[in-house]
Amino acid sequence: MNIDKKIADDLVANDIRFVTTVPCKQLAGVIEEVEARDDIFHIPSNKEDEGMGLCAGAWMGGTRPAIIMQNTALGVTINTLATLIQFYRMPLPMIISYRGELREPVACQVEMAVHTKALLAQLNIPTYHFHWQKDVEEFDNILKYTFMCNKPVAILTDANFWGGYGDQ
Amino acid sequence: MIRSEILKEIAPILRDQLVVCNIGIPSQELHAIDDQPTNFYMLGTMGLASSIGLGLALAQPKPVIVIDGDGSVLTNLGTLPTIGNNAPGNYILMIVDNGSYGSTGDQPTYTGRKTDLAGMARAAGCDTVVEVRDVDTGPALQAAIDSGKATVLVVKCDSGNAKMPVITMDPVVIRDRFMRAVAS
Ligand SMILES: Cc1ncc(C[n+]2csc(CCOP(=O)(O)OP(=O)(O)O)c2C)c(N)n1
Ligand SMILES: [Mg+2]
Repeated sequence: MNIDKKIADDLVANDIRFVTTVPCKQLAGVIEEVEARDDIFHIPSNKEDEGMGLCAGAWMGGTRPAIIMQNTALGVTINTLATLIQFYRMPLPMIISYRGELREPVACQVEMAVHTKALLAQLNIPTYHFHWQKDVEEFDNILKYTFMCNKPVAILTDANFWGGYGDQ
Repeated sequence: MIRSEILKEIAPILRDQLVVCNIGIPSQELHAIDDQPTNFYMLGTMGLASSIGLGLALAQPKPVIVIDGDGSVLTNLGTLPTIGNNAPGNYILMIVDNGSYGSTGDQPTYTGRKTDLAGMARAAGCDTVVEVRDVDTGPALQAAIDSGKATVLVVKCDSGNAKMPVITMDPVVIRDRFMRAVAS
């Protein structure tokens, strides 16, 4: 299974046509896929809170959004999640690379990994963790759930899910 | 002129447009001067007015006017390259540049010293950047709307705030009536 393609297909099937991204090595394939699709408008942002602002505007304009980001950015988005996305009750699927988990080669990444689920839990953000490739089968349901309840929803995707780092 | 005097003067231009308004006293002033369902008031999230407005302008065809502040643009400077590379013709970013963090008591920002927001916007790739004095805001804003070109309008004005009540409307109500106005 090509999980990059599956993720982009599910986005389109759920009418998500506006995707903002800040890169992570693990996310390179899915970002490339999103960029290549004519049915998705891809707008890179310079910081993840900025990206969430873009998503909020797109949604109010009638276009379903999503953000693709790394878990190390969670800290810079806390205020935006609380005072914009949650306060105004907006849906936002967050596809997050879960760096610092099993098969991680860079020690520094673990320092935010240990806070990732705690921060999301503190914010009462529904959180899913993709560890095996087959977990992606749930993605379509998670997107439907997000736009049913108008909440930010986190999908953490770890190195094992993406197939590790090769020789690194 | 201070911000509230400018807002009073441009209220007739803003009335029929989609407006995304900056956090704090700017939103309180606009709300008190001319509350409209076409106004989206930010109650928090300093810095993101320009980004919310850009997402909105990209998602639908009506003109979008963002009323932002110098301090808020400085805290989200990454917005300028995103605007410069993506803003559609229905996007207007009007920065009320009073050289201060007005809402928190007029502490000076760097735009009152050496920093030039219009120059930064140009360097970021924004093609149409107009800087005007406060008294010229109305005609400049109308010209930007009529041009159909993505515009960054930097309005140099005095620091100071009018005493207006806090917005007590529920955020979901603000957002819901705004979305209805967008869709209508
Ligand atoms: C993250 C964050 N930092 C600080 C504040 C406090 N704050 C609210 S409004 C504001 C000033 C905004 O200044 P500017 O954008 O220039 O608008 P002005 O009021 O001057 O028109 C500040 C510092 C905040 N709300 N959020
Ligand atoms: Mg200011």
